[in-house]
Amino acid sequence: MSIYGFYFDGTRCTACKTCVYACKDKNDLNLGFAYRRVFEYTGGDTTRDGAGAISSDCFTYSVSVSCNHCDNAVCIEVCPTAAMHRDPQTGLICVDSSVCIGCGYCALSCPYRAPKVDRAKGHSVKCDGCNDLIKDDKAPVCILACPTRALGFGKISELQAKGEQVNIAPLPEKDYTLPNMYIKPSKDARPVGTDNAFIANPLEVL
Amino acid sequence: MEKPILETPPTPPTPPEPPTPPTPQDLPTPTTQATAPTQNAAPTQASDAKEGMLSRRTVLKAGGALGALALAGGVCGGVLPRFFSTTPTAVADPEEKIVWNHCAINCPGRCSLKLHVKDDEIVQVETYAINDDDIDSVQPRACLRGRSYRAWVYDPNRINYPLKRAEGTKRGEGKFTQISWDEAIELVSSNLKRVISTYGNESVYINYATGVSATTGRTWPRLINILGGYLGYYGTYSTAEINWITPYIYGNSSAGSTINAANEAALILIFGSSPCETRQGGAVSNHDYVAMREKTKGKIYLIDYRHSDSMIGHSDTWLPINPGTDAALVSALAYELINTNLVDLDFLHTYCQGFDEESMPESAKGRNLSYKDYIMGTGYDRIAKTPQWAEPITGIPAGRIKELAREIGTTKPLFVLQGWGSQRRSNGELTAWSICMLPLLTGQIGLPGTNNGLREGSYAINLDSIPAGDNPVKTQISVFSMADAIDRGPEMTEKRDGVKNAERLKTGIKFVVNYAGNCITNQNSDINWVHDIMADDTKCEFVVGSDIVMCDSMKYCDVILPDIFRLEQESMIGTGGDAAYMIAGSRPYGPKYERKSAYEAITLVARAMGVEKDFTDGKTEADWIKSLYETTRSKDASLPTLETAREKGVFTRKNPKGCNIALEAYRKDPVENALTTQSGKIDIYSEKLAEYIAAHEFLPDDKVTAIPTYVPEWYGVETTTGQFPLALSGFHYRSRTHSSWGGVAWLKELNPQELWINKADAEPRGIISGDTVRVSNQFGVMELLARVTPRIVPGTVATSQGAWHDADMSGDRIDRGGNYNTLATHRPSPFAKGNAQHTNICQVEKLG
Repeated sequence: MSIYGFYFDGTRCTACKTCVYACKDKNDLNLGFAYRRVFEYTGGDTTRDGAGAISSDCFTYSVSVSCNHCDNAVCIEVCPTAAMHRDPQTGLICVDSSVCIGCGYCALSCPYRAPKVDRAKGHSVKCDGCNDLIKDDKAPVCILACPTRALGFGKISELQAKGEQVNIAPLPEKDYTLPNMYIKPSKDARPVGTDNAFIANPLEVL
Repeated sequence: MEKPILETPPTPPTPPEPPTPPTPQDLPTPTTQATAPTQNAAPTQASDAKEGMLSRRTVLKAGGALGALALAGGVCGGVLPRFFSTTPTAVADPEEKIVWNHCAINCPGRCSLKLHVKDDEIVQVETYAINDDDIDSVQPRACLRGRSYRAWVYDPNRINYPLKRAEGTKRGEGKFTQISWDEAIELVSSNLKRVISTYGNESVYINYATGVSATTGRTWPRLINILGGYLGYYGTYSTAEINWITPYIYGNSSAGSTINAANEAALILIFGSSPCETRQGGAVSNHDYVAMREKTKGKIYLIDYRHSDSMIGHSDTWLPINPGTDAALVSALAYELINTNLVDLDFLHTYCQGFDEESMPESAKGRNLSYKDYIMGTGYDRIAKTPQWAEPITGIPAGRIKELAREIGTTKPLFVLQGWGSQRRSNGELTAWSICMLPLLTGQIGLPGTNNGLREGSYAINLDSIPAGDNPVKTQISVFSMADAIDRGPEMTEKRDGVKNAERLKTGIKFVVNYAGNCITNQNSDINWVHDIMADDTKCEFVVGSDIVMCDSMKYCDVILPDIFRLEQESMIGTGGDAAYMIAGSRPYGPKYERKSAYEAITLVARAMGVEKDFTDGKTEADWIKSLYETTRSKDASLPTLETAREKGVFTRKNPKGCNIALEAYRKDPVENALTTQSGKIDIYSEKLAEYIAAHEFLPDDKVTAIPTYVPEWYGVETTTGQFPLALSGFHYRSRTHSSWGGVAWLKELNPQELWINKADAEPRGIISGDTVRVSNQFGVMELLARVTPRIVPGTVATSQGAWHDADMSGDRIDRGGNYNTLATHRPSPFAKGNAQHTNICQVEKLG
């Protein structure tokens, strides 16, 4: 089972994507790859009436997501070679690149789109929770990158005390994979399944 | 638009009987893989690291080809090679060392960079961070730009050798020939000598540039002052209008409260500012605003035409308004406050001049010139500034304006702040002044939880910099007038063009120094017009540039000196927001290729000009850093020694007062602490400005007043046309500081250049998100991607400023980089003669 998880404070995130780039830098990710994504979820409308008066019920919020190292990890379930595995020491889900055949089942199955097949490398790639740093008793790079301290990482029991298990749009219903991501939602946050809003930054997420 | 991508039910787990790889040609077959796992095994740390380094060096080699690329006529737009390793980074490598340095771009975050350096290469960029989410601890964490430095340092656009404009080509073509340092210095020094002896020192100009901030970062002024001086400028591209008007309002006591002063506020009004986007670091306004928002009990309104990233997750803080109409809103609020007796008359009469007839100076009495007369309809225009009057201008319903006025008049403390977005407009000076009226009308100045209506102040560590010396040439032009002074210098006068300290210019600009800046074209207005002036080398005869990458402005240089990033040098910077910090940077590795630090390059010019000793004072840059820091330390003993500072990298300090409050001393004792304005008070009517207006020439549609008034923009929401029916404005972007980082593919990928457009304007044009659109007006044409969003008011479109201009200037001149300065007028604002780059109208069409 998972031991660690991520914390996301939706009231503090300003969608700057520093977490994304700190991760890309640490993991030497070239164009086309990012292990963390910041979604901008937008709804409502801003209109002008015949007299020129503007009214708006627009709402927008962000969610920064990487791999949630889920308790019910479908990526592990579908992996034909057991390359996708849980590190016995940290519980973080990692890819054993020596075994991975790059079939892409994990990428297809993950509702958070965390794993991706890197064709040049010939195997799946994803956030491993900075497993190397965790073993060294350090925090993942994304956590320490956030200028507004919107991200956290820790033992799941600690995270449960800080926030609620993520269950907001545009992410999937939590019960599907039991994600280890706990959040403090912003005022704008909407429940899973909201149908009057959309991911407004498709070009900014890989 | 793709709907909830993530909510699509995932593919059910498929029992994996030997799966067929999606693209067998690219991948080892499952069988091979299963029987020979070592074929794909992770390399050992050593070979891993080696491969990483090789891949990085490949880039350096590609970058080194710049001279050759340039000869082929393609210095920009090269393909970014794969500069990152295809294998994971090795960690805890014993050969890896940590070197502290700082970001040096005009943010002004100048955040900490913790560089991992191995074999003379940066292999990772971290930042100063304490392992907690404590929002109160001072942590100047670098933003995504800082974390992307490797992509910039190893950018194929880096300049590695001295270059000169290729024979037979014009400025702007961007074709260069590699030359030696000797030849470069000879060209610069001989032209400088020739220009000074032919035209005099007033013909030499050091262009506004903000790409480097460090105590030893900018030494061209020092050299040229030694050589007899240069034509100076006043103002900045960021603050031209507001900084011009502020002394008329507050004298020299204009520093704003720090953001955390609003922790105590009950109502917070923020005009034209997105604190989370403009200064993104972990100890400047991005952090400070988020921390304040979390702590304050005050209700926040961000008054903006755009739902900025500062409102993400907090959409109820958005009060949408038409751009360029903030002064109309304030005027209507003032009308309501006066009408409902919610103004603080005691404060206005004690601390201010010119609110009403009673508080007007003798010279202006009896002529209905007061602010109250203007607002109530008894002033010069005889129009009462009622909420009904303001509704069609601002787009805010009259009823909403009345409610807001009541809230403002009855909620204290009131904290009013403006960014620099409201003032970068054709009516910017009077708009900036108008916004200050809200705290004045309500007496909410100099008290806990208040601000003076200007930009937030900071608590910073100020370090001594290399002295520039005195400029013997006293004549100045506005910062925005370089191209004019090249084109028609001797025609420019004090009365009409804002020349200072002389009735007119003696000569045009003939020699330009452009160090670490992109304001020749990219950040200038009306790029097409500037191009034509710069391309003609009979006007300005010589341009020397110095930069790290081949940005658009470099293409207009005759000689380019290859610079080194500050983070590649010893460097020091002090700055701050709510809290202060200082970073002492060390050198991660020596200079590469033929790059030289600016100090070293300028020293070579000084030597050629025979003034090396005067310039250096016998010191190397390292000597200067040391002696300057000792000078600072002698005034502030709490600072660490240089050795300690370098070892720790980052030194932070909280404000011992907790926060700064603007005009605190003046509020306490307005007589003892009288302001340096003409009246000694806060001027709502400025006699001095009235005199200035009387003595200067303005264009007929430049409405100028000695009180804060609303003036419709030349090209604004009230002056759109059938041909150009939309207003066009700009904002700061997450991936750039102005144009810095603008060429970095790594950042561009996830930060696309987009035009924000409301559905009401997109639908009739058949535009959906992701379409390429063409935006045009009388000055130029640009193309970029559309982002259809409710986050912008109808009737206005906007894009982020600072994108790299990308046009075939000998062809169609369509800017495919999406730089809206292509469409910005070069007409200066009436008082400051500053850039009004947010004042534009345009048409938008879907391409193809």
